[in-house]
Amino acid sequence: MQDEETIPQTTSTEEFILNVGPQHPSTHGVLRLKVTLDGETITHVEPVLGYIHRSIEKMCEKLSLRQFSYVTSKMDYLSSHMNNQACAMVVEQALQIEVPTRAQAIRILMCELTRIASHELWWGASGLDLGAVSPFFYAFREREMITDIFEETCGTRLTMNYMVPGGVMADIHPTFVAKVKEFIRLFKLRFHEYDELLTGNTILINRLKGVGVLTKEDAISWGCTGPVARASGVSCDIRKWYPYDGYEKLDFKEILDSEGDCMARYRVRMEEMKQSAHIIDQLIDNIPEGDFQAKTKNVLKAPKGDYYTRVETARGEFGIYMVSDGSQTPYRLKFRSPGFSNLSALPHIAVGAKMGDLMAIMAMFDLVIPDIDR
Amino acid sequence: MQPLTNRSKPVQTREMTFLEKLYLPAIWTGMVITLKHFFMRKATVRYPEVKREFSATFRGKHVLKRDDQGAERCTACGLCAVACPAEAITMVAAERKPGEEKLYKEEKYAAVYDINMLRCIFCGFCEEACPKEAIFLTPETIPSMYERSDFIYHKDRLVESMDKRIDISKRQEKKLAVNN
Repeated sequence: MQDEETIPQTTSTEEFILNVGPQHPSTHGVLRLKVTLDGETITHVEPVLGYIHRSIEKMCEKLSLRQFSYVTSKMDYLSSHMNNQACAMVVEQALQIEVPTRAQAIRILMCELTRIASHELWWGASGLDLGAVSPFFYAFREREMITDIFEETCGTRLTMNYMVPGGVMADIHPTFVAKVKEFIRLFKLRFHEYDELLTGNTILINRLKGVGVLTKEDAISWGCTGPVARASGVSCDIRKWYPYDGYEKLDFKEILDSEGDCMARYRVRMEEMKQSAHIIDQLIDNIPEGDFQAKTKNVLKAPKGDYYTRVETARGEFGIYMVSDGSQTPYRLKFRSPGFSNLSALPHIAVGAKMGDLMAIMAMFDLVIPDIDR
Repeated sequence: MQPLTNRSKPVQTREMTFLEKLYLPAIWTGMVITLKHFFMRKATVRYPEVKREFSATFRGKHVLKRDDQGAERCTACGLCAVACPAEAITMVAAERKPGEEKLYKEEKYAAVYDINMLRCIFCGFCEEACPKEAIFLTPETIPSMYERSDFIYHKDRLVESMDKRIDISKRQEKKLAVNN
């Protein structure tokens, strides 16, 4: 009879550490995951950050209140409008600037277009992560129309810098309304392709269903926001809870799901695209007349104090905490980015999953690394 | 939730049948969609032959405008350099000598005006800050080069040439300037 110590209780292989990234196609950036494996089962995941740290928070302390929003569109580059909007809003809160209704309507239109564009890119890229190539092309076909609209009105295709304190930088282009209407028409016409290609596909359902379950309690305790938390049943839409820039006047639903697995996250994002299209439908014919920018002083000086604003980006709650000492530049800025908190839940839910499922979990988290690693 | 079209399928929650476990029907439905796109209008352009033009409001390479008589508008006030978040603009001011009225519009002009295109983030703030309507961003991209020093654009590449005037009238007009 052998000693009890020499007989392993469960069959397990030698511990194996695998580095996913920093250069890996499915991390969508320079994120490194230190994965500890037992056979093919994950026992531990450790995200290693710092590969794209640009010290944006420190950089903003040097820039004036007008300038610092220009850096933030490089953080979450897929929802740069919302980042700029949060920066503009924190200055407006500090200086008590009232935004004209026309500027508010333009802001909402731009933000919802960005949300659709961001979710389209997520849809195509997650298809690529899971082995489907053609969704990427169909998603980019629609996304290209949105970037064309942005190019005409805002002047750039990705890093917009369009929202400024007091409103927006320039008025909308004469062709804006017609182009957005055409986009919404085509988007609704082509949305069934998305469902037929991926949503109802048994291969995708098998990859996503029951994988990476995040319970409601965990989603709250890890500070998850956005579609990740809403798929677990946490109601956290900033547009509903703390309405800003006229979202309270609009009719839209907060998409919630209760299952908390990857498929639920997928469904929440697909429905959010429809809701964004619904919001644009309501606004596009009713853009109020008036100024697109409130009259502000040339040099902005925020009064002494601290200010916090939050917006709902395509990934969740983006908050800015600004401490001002009464000078032209912010004394300290802290960005609360949705990607960072969402990533912190990844090591928790990936334990016990297979190595192949890690890519599915990563894809459905929709991480943007420059946002995590400011 | 009201579906946008009646063609979307609800997600199945039941156990999969044998036919579905084969994945063949799922592959087939995907293939049908991709095959349909063979006969649809192409979404792409044939790039090297057909070029996709930027819109007139695109923020690209800077230009220092001349006025109608061909005199440089820039007075080297330095407001664009102050407004620049990336600190890409540097300039040296000089005083206009008698006889140079045709070259420079006002008494002060920029003897050196450099923009570091590696630093520039093309936010368009210089254009907004300029009181003399001298600097504009044009829908042109910065070409790639071999040396880092080639990206520092001096006045020879920034000021528009007399025979090739750049039309910036298609840019969106700013009805409301930032004022006190």
